[in-house]
Amino acid sequence: MSISASWYLTLAAVLFTIGAVGLLIRRNVLVMFMCVELMLNAANLTFVTFARKLNDIAGQTAVFFVLVVAAAEVVVGLGIIVSIYRRRLGATADDVHELKG
Amino acid sequence: MLRIAFLVPLLPLAGFVLLLASGRKLGNPLAGWLATFMVAASFVVTVIVFAGLFRLPVAGRSYTQTWFTWISSGHLHVDMGLLIDPLSMTMAAFVTGVSALIHLYSIGYMEHDEDFPKFFLYLNLFVAAMLILVLADNFLLLFLGWEGVGVCSYFLIGFWFERDSASSAAKKAMIFNRIGDAAFLIALFLIYERTGSLEYRTVFSHLSSVGEPSLVAIALLLFGGAAGKSAQIPLFPWLADAMEGPTPVSALIHAATMVTAGVYLMCRINPILYRAPDAAHVIAIVGAATALLGATIACAQNDIKKILAYSTISQLGYMFLAVGIGAYDAAIFLMLTHAFYKALLFLGAGSVIHAMNDEQDVKSMGALARVMPITAVTFLIGWLSIGGFPLLSGFWSKGDILLNSFAFSPALWAVGAVTAMLTAYYLGRAYLLVFRGEQRWVEAKPAGAKPKPLSAKAKAAAAKSSGQEVVVAAKPALHPHDPSWVMSLPLVVLGCLSAVGGLINLPIHPDFDFLDRWLSPVFASRLFAHQWGLGGVWTFALIDAALALLGIGLAVAMWGRTSKRPTLEPVFLRRAWYIDWAYDRFIARSSTELAVETSAVVETEGIDGAVNGFAFLVRAGGRQLRKVQTGYVRNYALGFAAGLVVVLAYVLTRAS
Repeated sequence: MSISASWYLTLAAVLFTIGAVGLLIRRNVLVMFMCVELMLNAANLTFVTFARKLNDIAGQTAVFFVLVVAAAEVVVGLGIIVSIYRRRLGATADDVHELKG
Repeated sequence: MLRIAFLVPLLPLAGFVLLLASGRKLGNPLAGWLATFMVAASFVVTVIVFAGLFRLPVAGRSYTQTWFTWISSGHLHVDMGLLIDPLSMTMAAFVTGVSALIHLYSIGYMEHDEDFPKFFLYLNLFVAAMLILVLADNFLLLFLGWEGVGVCSYFLIGFWFERDSASSAAKKAMIFNRIGDAAFLIALFLIYERTGSLEYRTVFSHLSSVGEPSLVAIALLLFGGAAGKSAQIPLFPWLADAMEGPTPVSALIHAATMVTAGVYLMCRINPILYRAPDAAHVIAIVGAATALLGATIACAQNDIKKILAYSTISQLGYMFLAVGIGAYDAAIFLMLTHAFYKALLFLGAGSVIHAMNDEQDVKSMGALARVMPITAVTFLIGWLSIGGFPLLSGFWSKGDILLNSFAFSPALWAVGAVTAMLTAYYLGRAYLLVFRGEQRWVEAKPAGAKPKPLSAKAKAAAAKSSGQEVVVAAKPALHPHDPSWVMSLPLVVLGCLSAVGGLINLPIHPDFDFLDRWLSPVFASRLFAHQWGLGGVWTFALIDAALALLGIGLAVAMWGRTSKRPTLEPVFLRRAWYIDWAYDRFIARSSTELAVETSAVVETEGIDGAVNGFAFLVRAGGRQLRKVQTGYVRNYALGFAAGLVVVLAYVLTRAS
């Protein structure tokens, strides 16, 4: 009846890889942002899986923290993205490289 | 009575503080009187403590008074403590006594000086430091006083610092002393390292566990310090230049008290010298050589203060000779009598300089005895006393040293004897050139009085030297006279002391050896005192007297009538054996050149190069590292990913 934990972990790994690759190859800031969320949630899935498997509540607690931090990050990140849209047409990450050394 | 000993250094120190706070307000002459009073009060206290010590039984004549702990750090423990014993009280008594007289004299001598209060401020600080030096019960406190007198000496030599010669003489004194002080400091480190203490009593009781090489090193290093302070070979040239200071300073610091600090130190460490005979021999030889060197140079000087300065160097050499052979009480005896007659001679010279409107060249004086009888008579006593004229104080004290040095080594005696003869000669020359012979200055005509003509002889001499009447007349007219009572009184007192000072230690019978018996607890069996018996004493007394009379006779024969004998003043003696010149040429100049080279090469190339090179490296590195920060977010993300891979790989390899 129960699905073995390795399925969950595999799914998490796949999600994380999609997120990481997406972050590296896409130029649109909004898409990159979603990729970051994808990676965070892949990590959350791993936490929850192990919490179930090891019967340890600590993993689920960590997920709550990650969710809270992610929510805060979304607020800040979307704010930045909105302000980028206001200043220029489109939101290509490579166009925003004023902060170079 | 011993308990008030702490007042001895504190009274002059209080005088210093008072003058510092309100010297300008007190002004001239009140500041001088305050300073004199403080030192005189200190002298009275010293006498009371002295009497208290005298009433104790001989074996118990040592008393330590601790004020407070000065330094307590690990094993190092140093107290602010006074050691009251016969040696320190003898020193304190003559230091405060002579200082009080010279303070009194200074009130007259410095009366026209703008910085009158400042002068007395320094003098009081000097006396306080000297008393701390003398009364300290440990080496570190002694060193505090040692540096204190050194810095006062610096201030006072450079008192008229507007003159270039004065400020450079002050610097010279400071530098020569610094060389000696470096040796002194190393000796202190060695003493502490070997014995674990700096207190005299503890150090001396641990000497048996210290090897002789260490003791020789300690003794010689301390002697290095003493040679700096007491102007011995090779650190003596500063004392001649120190005469740039006001004459009372020369009398007090550079003749009577400070320069004898080295001798005191050597007497204080007599247990070390006793166990390090090699070091003691070196001291004796250096002392004898300095005595002869100083005396020969003094024969050819024309500046009256320079004559006295080289004479001081010579006499200090005598004291070190006595210390080196172990005749400590003879050294102290000479130190006492020397303080009397050399202070007297300097103060006499000061009176003359004062009267002659700051003229110091003896060749421009002459025949002053007629107008300055008190100065002339006291100077005469000083001369005969230092020359060893029978029954005056110098005869006894110098005889004491010669007696012992013959028993120790006839060669040292021979050097001492020649020096004794020269001493009588060169001060005779000074006396005759200043007070006797022809008058080589022009007397001012008192208003309304008949002008006093030059003596016929002087006129003839002046005319003979190519009709120089015009030149003579061009000199400023002078009206020399004996100084006021504040300056005359110290002269008279010191004159009396110089004459009868020998009474404190007559060798003719053990009952009259007051000083020897008084000091015996300090030196005990370490003293070298040859028992000659009455016949031997008489023989030496006759030889000494003959030498003194020979020197005096020679001076009268050579300088009684004329002031021009170039053959007796060869250039190499006038230039002090070229030693000062050699120091200047080979050390001072080459050091200056080295410093210039260093600042040009090492500074710009080495130090600046290192600093600039490092800055260049950092800038270049930064310029390269800047490229890492591209501004492209995906580059950073790639960095994160790569980092993650590395961390993961590491964890996985560890786990497997």
